[in-house]
Amino acid sequence: MFKNSLLYPEKDISNCGLAGFINKDKKRVDGSIITKIIANQHDRGNGLGGGFAVYGLYPEYEDKYVFHLMYEHQKAEEETESFLNKFFRVIKSEEIPTRQIEEIKNSPLHYRYFVELSDEKKPASLSLLSEEDYVVNRTIEINKNIDGAFVVSSGKNFAAFKGVGFPEDISKFFMLENYKGYAWTAHNRFPTNTPGWWGGAHPFTLLDFSIVHNGELSSYGINKRYVEMFGYECTMLTDSEVVAYLVDLLVRKHRLPFKVVCDIFSPPTWDYINNIEDKEIKEYHKKLRIVYGSALLNGPFGFIIGFNGGLVGLSDRIKLRPLVVVESGNTTYLSSEESSVLEVCNKIDSVWHPKAGEPVFAFYNDYKGE
Amino acid sequence: MGLLTIDAENLYYRDLNAKIKEAVRKQNIKKIIIKNARGQRFIGTGLQEKDVEIIVESGVPGNDLAMFMDGPTIKVLNNAQDGIGNTMNNGKVFVHGDAGDVIAYGMRNGKIFIKGSAGYRIGIHMKEYKEMIPSIVIGGKTGDFLGEYMAGGIILVLGLTKDENPIVGRYCATGMHGGVIYLRTDKVPTYLGKEVKVFELNEGDKAKVKELVEEFCSEFKEYNSNDILNGKFIKLIPVSKRPYGRLYSPGNHFPLPEENYFSNKKVDIEKYYY
Amino acid sequence: MKFTFSLKPENFIIERDDERCIRCGACVQQCSYNAHYFLEEKNKVLGINHNCVGDGRCVAICPTNAIRIRQAENPYRPNHNWSKEKMMDLYEQAENGTVLLVGMGAPTPHPVYWDKIILNASQVTNPSIDPLREPMEVKTYIGSKPDKIEVVFDNKTKKPDIKTKISPQLELEIPVMFAAMSFGAISLNACKSLAKAASEMGTFWNTGEGGLYRDLYQYGKNTIVQVASGRFGVHLDYLNAGAAVEIKIGQGAKPGIGGHLPGEKVNHEISVTRAMPEGADAISPAPHHDIYSIEDLRQLIYSIKEATDYEKPVFIKISAVHNVAAIASGIVRAGADAVVIDGIRGGTGAAPKIIRDNVGIPIELAIAVVDERLRKEGIRNQASLIAAGGFRNSSDVIKAIALGADAVYIGTAALMTLGCHVCGMCYKGICNWGIATQREDLTKRLNPEIGAERAKNLLKAWKHEIQEMLGAMGINSIESLRGNRLNLRAVDIHEPYLSILGIKPAGA
Repeated sequence: MFKNSLLYPEKDISNCGLAGFINKDKKRVDGSIITKIIANQHDRGNGLGGGFAVYGLYPEYEDKYVFHLMYEHQKAEEETESFLNKFFRVIKSEEIPTRQIEEIKNSPLHYRYFVELSDEKKPASLSLLSEEDYVVNRTIEINKNIDGAFVVSSGKNFAAFKGVGFPEDISKFFMLENYKGYAWTAHNRFPTNTPGWWGGAHPFTLLDFSIVHNGELSSYGINKRYVEMFGYECTMLTDSEVVAYLVDLLVRKHRLPFKVVCDIFSPPTWDYINNIEDKEIKEYHKKLRIVYGSALLNGPFGFIIGFNGGLVGLSDRIKLRPLVVVESGNTTYLSSEESSVLEVCNKIDSVWHPKAGEPVFAFYNDYKGE
Repeated sequence: MGLLTIDAENLYYRDLNAKIKEAVRKQNIKKIIIKNARGQRFIGTGLQEKDVEIIVESGVPGNDLAMFMDGPTIKVLNNAQDGIGNTMNNGKVFVHGDAGDVIAYGMRNGKIFIKGSAGYRIGIHMKEYKEMIPSIVIGGKTGDFLGEYMAGGIILVLGLTKDENPIVGRYCATGMHGGVIYLRTDKVPTYLGKEVKVFELNEGDKAKVKELVEEFCSEFKEYNSNDILNGKFIKLIPVSKRPYGRLYSPGNHFPLPEENYFSNKKVDIEKYYY
Repeated sequence: MKFTFSLKPENFIIERDDERCIRCGACVQQCSYNAHYFLEEKNKVLGINHNCVGDGRCVAICPTNAIRIRQAENPYRPNHNWSKEKMMDLYEQAENGTVLLVGMGAPTPHPVYWDKIILNASQVTNPSIDPLREPMEVKTYIGSKPDKIEVVFDNKTKKPDIKTKISPQLELEIPVMFAAMSFGAISLNACKSLAKAASEMGTFWNTGEGGLYRDLYQYGKNTIVQVASGRFGVHLDYLNAGAAVEIKIGQGAKPGIGGHLPGEKVNHEISVTRAMPEGADAISPAPHHDIYSIEDLRQLIYSIKEATDYEKPVFIKISAVHNVAAIASGIVRAGADAVVIDGIRGGTGAAPKIIRDNVGIPIELAIAVVDERLRKEGIRNQASLIAAGGFRNSSDVIKAIALGADAVYIGTAALMTLGCHVCGMCYKGICNWGIATQREDLTKRLNPEIGAERAKNLLKAWKHEIQEMLGAMGINSIESLRGNRLNLRAVDIHEPYLSILGIKPAGA
């Protein structure tokens, strides 16, 4: 948790531009491609936030959890390292390599740790937790209680890189051209509330779920209180954070398929539901809204969810934010603007605009789930 | 002579537009070809020359194409994005592909032709005054909120693309209080705005539609105007100039002057106060 | 007449001194609400109390001063929860099922912080300055200012040249401008009065969302043209005619909802200027439908700059709502040259009563937090701040500037110079003073020459008072007061409002 977050207790607004692509055959490519796409959308941000999520970048540590951390000061680093050593078996810990450039100032410290779980490290009070719940629990603990430390990502073979600056500068800073992944998402932010806050950039992650979000959740107040009932803590002062926790709750814990989760986030209107002829579908929508009304996301949004099975794109119920899909061979691109994809792709098979509330599923060829 | 080609790759939108304005205003260029458009915004904004043609030959132009434009013609030989013709005052735009959301917002005059489909909120608050009648023709389908708040002008949707979607989305013409929408379909759309009613086309309507379809086909040559005109059309027009007249009331009910019997005339007090 | 479930509501009682009344019939002829009538057989002029809106026209024109208007009593049993007004509103809605409309700014009893803030005066340690004999500068420039400049001295002539390009600015002789009131909401004669007064006093007036009538293009140099969500009357000549372009996102009287000009007020001139059919309601949608997110706002700002060749400053007008500081910060970063903030007391020609009275925050708090936030982020220079919403006199203006505003818009005060009595019936379109109406028999009552003279008088008087107050504080140039909160103290304001305003209590 960052100390100065207390100065700005209101939620921040996440307006901006986003992009992402997935190679469904799991072909790994370097970070220059996604950087070109998001750099084309330069005017959608104001230079105070940029970030990337990468899947498949640490193949040699494929089955280990990798924690990416940001620290305000060295003391936070020491405290967190000893925390991780206490609760996990740390295979490797090191600073994340960065390149100093003029455009990026006042960077916090960046570290990464490859860890695995071990029974003797699990305290008795948490022994009943599943592996993933344990990781989530320890992640929340760091964010909440270790002063000056903030978990950027905590999944397997997945990481997030983000900070204060235009995304193309963040990419240079973290030397993303040296990483290879089979799915990348990126975000260009236009923050208004906490402009100096590295933790406020997108993506927001939990385990291997990542969110890049364009828009503002007018339902944030209740979404936040709803997930906090289930043990999550919103510490990042940004509305997009709550979507990452909702996805973890609904997909991982409640085991709902993604298309159901999208029906919860962007449900059809009651007048539409009342006119559905098929009784079972009608009941399905009705019950979802009755039970999960507090998870309905209101306000303009377009977002891309990344996870270990692929990417999911979704826009709000009345399509107030743009989202376009471009297919090219084994690659699916999602973006706020079609023209940005043209920077890297000139053999286009199809271009289409999803409808309001219509999810876009781009899964790996070998993914069996939904 | 009078022709300029610009390669827009790596060109920031402000520089591209400055080049275009310089060419049109100072160098008397009448035709500009743009290659490799990469999402540059506001192309055509602020131009008033009627005899100028801008062709986006490759790439996709950015948002707000032809916004506030007042005369030239723009042709895009590919898809286009959001905000085309925003508050446009005159001129023509042709898009050989699909277009995005919020097209022709507040459009005042001129014509827009989209060969493919368009997104949500097309033609919001289009206006009209005397001979200034804006029109927009969409060859494919549109999303929800077509013609929201429309106050004038013509929207024509042809539904020619081969997909399962309905010709227009829901809440079409909600808040419409002027102008006309023609749809090439025989199924009345569901969830129509309550301000409109569906009618058959009369001779005047048919002439207007014919003119627009012919212009559409002369640019998008893969379509045949006779085939299109032989289809069934319906017309949507608002049935009230004051769709929200009944919704608001004065804070203290007292009669409006016309209803007040006592302006200068003899009074029957008993009757008034029962 | 049908039976109604409620008492006939009265807000005002007309009291006529029968001995003084000479039966001239002027009040009968003048009152557009038909509150007076002449009973021939008894040779008496009588009043219909429940038609009276209390706008003072009859009192002003009665040649023998025979009329007095007083407030009607509360005919219901006293009840702190159920006031007379709340009861009357409820009966109205039960009768019609409608949304109640009102005009002018919120009259609700929220605290007026201006009345609890006091100014400093210099004594002993610092001399006060006499504005009548010494220079006292109130000139103000509105626009985006760079953080630093580069000066180059010519080798030969040794003359300095400032290389940094400075964005276009508006020059004001007095930090008070006339607020946006559309042609449609007010009459052409009212617009002419304000345009003329602004031109002659070296300040600006605002077209509001109704477009610019062709006769008013001559005042273009002193006009701020507004682009609202209905885009009425917006085309390239309009954008280029004014000195600045203001994008209206919101308005203090009705944050979050759009504008509404009833069809009765849309006559031929309005229909030409707005490019819409006569008699139709002119509705401005709630949001601009091309702004659903802050990056869209930047897109709109730059589209206007592109359309005007980057020659005019672009303002953004918002209402003061909960997170106004964050929104203002986003607007400045989106490229605006000035942010106009309209507080809850802002006026309107027509708004739903429930919105006007319940939505929005006072402008005093809004200016204080926005100014503080922009300074904390280091971007205060990038845009000017203009405050609006219920300014009544020059001390309110000075206090706003001390809190951080660059200039102030006056709306209600400007209309009052033309005769407005704040009766709040603007939406009916039959304003007795010829201001909020389009009926020719009423608008001819407002003479633009006289109106302009009166509006100028107000600005002249306020300019002089501002100079007196500045002099008393020992300041001879208004830049030294802008954001200078140490010159303010508070009486009877408690925490946390004291911290929000950023001023100390009197005595400290």
